[in-house]
Amino acid sequence: MSDQPQVKSSPSFFNNPRNRSIIYQALLLIGLTYFFYSIVSNTLANLEARGIQSGYDFLFTTAGFDILMSLVPYDATHTYGKTFIVGLLNTILVSTIGIILSTMVGFIMGVAHFSHNLLIRKLAVSYVETFRNIPLLLQIFFWYFAVLAALPSARQSLSLGEAVFLNVRGLYIPGLNAESGAGLVYAAFAIAIISIFLLRRWAKKRQDETGQQFPVFSTSIAIFIGLPLIALFVAGIPFTWDFPVLKGFNFRGGITIIPELMALALALTVYTGAFIAEAVRAGVQAVPHGQTEAARSIGLKESKIMKLIIVPQAMRVIVPLLNSEYQSLVKNSTLATAIGYPDLFTVFVGTTLNQTGQAIEIVFMTMAVYFVINMSISFVMNRFNASVSLAER
Amino acid sequence: MKRLTSVIATSLALGLSFGAQAGTLDDVQKRGNVSCGVSTGLAGFSQKDENGTWSGLDVDVCRAVAAAVLGDASKVQYKPLTAKERFTALQSGEIDILSRNTTWTHTRDTSLGLNFAGVNYYDGQGFMVSKDLGVKSALELDGAAVCIQAGTTTELNLADYFRANGITYNAITFDTSDQTRAGFESGRCDVLTSDQSQLYALRIGLQNPSAAMVLPEVISKEPLGPVVRQGDDAWFNVVRWSLMAMVEAEFLGIDSKNADKAKAEGKPAQKRLMGVDSDAGQKMGIPTEWAYNIVTQVGNYGESFERNVGQDSPLKIARGLNAQWNKGGIMYSSPVR
Repeated sequence: MSDQPQVKSSPSFFNNPRNRSIIYQALLLIGLTYFFYSIVSNTLANLEARGIQSGYDFLFTTAGFDILMSLVPYDATHTYGKTFIVGLLNTILVSTIGIILSTMVGFIMGVAHFSHNLLIRKLAVSYVETFRNIPLLLQIFFWYFAVLAALPSARQSLSLGEAVFLNVRGLYIPGLNAESGAGLVYAAFAIAIISIFLLRRWAKKRQDETGQQFPVFSTSIAIFIGLPLIALFVAGIPFTWDFPVLKGFNFRGGITIIPELMALALALTVYTGAFIAEAVRAGVQAVPHGQTEAARSIGLKESKIMKLIIVPQAMRVIVPLLNSEYQSLVKNSTLATAIGYPDLFTVFVGTTLNQTGQAIEIVFMTMAVYFVINMSISFVMNRFNASVSLAER
Repeated sequence: MKRLTSVIATSLALGLSFGAQAGTLDDVQKRGNVSCGVSTGLAGFSQKDENGTWSGLDVDVCRAVAAAVLGDASKVQYKPLTAKERFTALQSGEIDILSRNTTWTHTRDTSLGLNFAGVNYYDGQGFMVSKDLGVKSALELDGAAVCIQAGTTTELNLADYFRANGITYNAITFDTSDQTRAGFESGRCDVLTSDQSQLYALRIGLQNPSAAMVLPEVISKEPLGPVVRQGDDAWFNVVRWSLMAMVEAEFLGIDSKNADKAKAEGKPAQKRLMGVDSDAGQKMGIPTEWAYNIVTQVGNYGESFERNVGQDSPLKIARGLNAQWNKGGIMYSSPVR
């Protein structure tokens, strides 16, 4: 462009393409700003004209209703702002469980598609075809109203060694009560994780330099279990069990996993898992068969072929697909409202919105939250994608 | 440049259209029907039969308004709404009246831009439990799991009552009353709490109604009534007085059968309500025979009550608070004159 011969007579100011584009952009920006300004100011004016309150003051008034499940201390005397936190944490909890489990299910089912065993192969195919093609809402209803609701009542619970109970009210497992000295065990966990991380770096560096291999995996497991175990005995086992006991109508004590959470997590896992299985299949199939044959010809073991040749190349296809599956999972978790799992949508857009009537503020806050969550997932996955993508020189 | 101009023009037009709003009464008369928000299905109050016809105590308020304004009680368009959707539907103008067992509270009346036009059922919150629990009072419910419908005053009353009495509980909230009932039936919760009228209706819908019982405690006041948008006084008057006319007709002894007689040869107050020598309708901008149309097509309040929730219905709820003020209740109409 720049080496084209310049025209002597320069065009007038408005005919200069550069100036023109700047002017148009500026005018468009002004137009857009005015457009959104008029929407916002009109909305506010109309809300006031109709006597509907607006603003975020409601976040600091007492909520006055209870929430079934909360990861932070909450009761009816807390504020509406707190209900937002409670709902948000519940959304993050179910999304995290869903993402972890669906990834596991998806990878197992995706790889099972290539099994030499006909039964396993057909099982994987029929899993994907069944659960990918049924609406998620129906699946949630299926797990909640058909499977979990068929469990026995509290007094006829299924029990495992009088410590774990399963009934229509949920799964009751023993909890651990930390006593003084528990900090030592937590510290041991942290040290174990850090040292495993350092060990891996050291082993990789040593292999790069000398070619010698180090049994990283078995050593890591030994460190991860061994260190906290030593700390546990050194501190004199600073934990006591808190067993669930049937008192009155329900079990008290221990940890309760409510059936709403189980149904939602199951449905999200099984549904998203089917899509991830397809992504994994696509990724593995994208690696040409010649790669496997070449690896065999230089004498690599089958497990090494998978780890060093197939997976790294397949990941380049899988990771971008995973990103969108994870984002869908988070958005799909709002279907919680159908079975009453107290996620952000149920609690905040449901009850809080109804009690306060501040629809615009609440919907806006909720939209912003899902946007931020999904952008964070996207950010992490893009970083991960960059690490597995082809290193071009 | 042309495109830009149109963008600005559009945004201006959008801005203007937000502000413009005609009166609901005019809209209804022009449109030829009343758009009425009802429940997604609650026996006795608003439910759809197998032919798709809506009936119920709340439905009768809508029909009364249609009869008063348009002279035909059937000219109602029903919009089933969940508890969560109801106020937004009214605020946004999607419906003209919300007649959906809605409790009149201070917050709703003052901060949502809405007005309650009256009370068509005095209710109170109660509890339903299954009989084999062996519970006789709500105070024995410590540790119970309670099913509630989301977005209702019930949620707040429940928290208040149990906190005041030092009772712990788990609240399980569902979107619709049908889901609440399903939760109760599956054993997800020990207790179902709701307005007492709804409890009777929900109990009938159980597979085995006799296995469940309603506890005696009534823990709140729940005046239920129709709601309209704030700032539209003409429409507010029409809805308020349509409801009043039903109550007044019962008080004056006019029902759907003797309305013609009352109009022709009744006492002065009866004749006046039926539109004889009265400009009550004109003052509201609706036909003179508005109350006559209500009574002949919908019936008076007592008829509507007995037909939908009282002795002529499966619910068999006693009049109680909802009897006329001179019969031991608190239903009281201001005089139509």
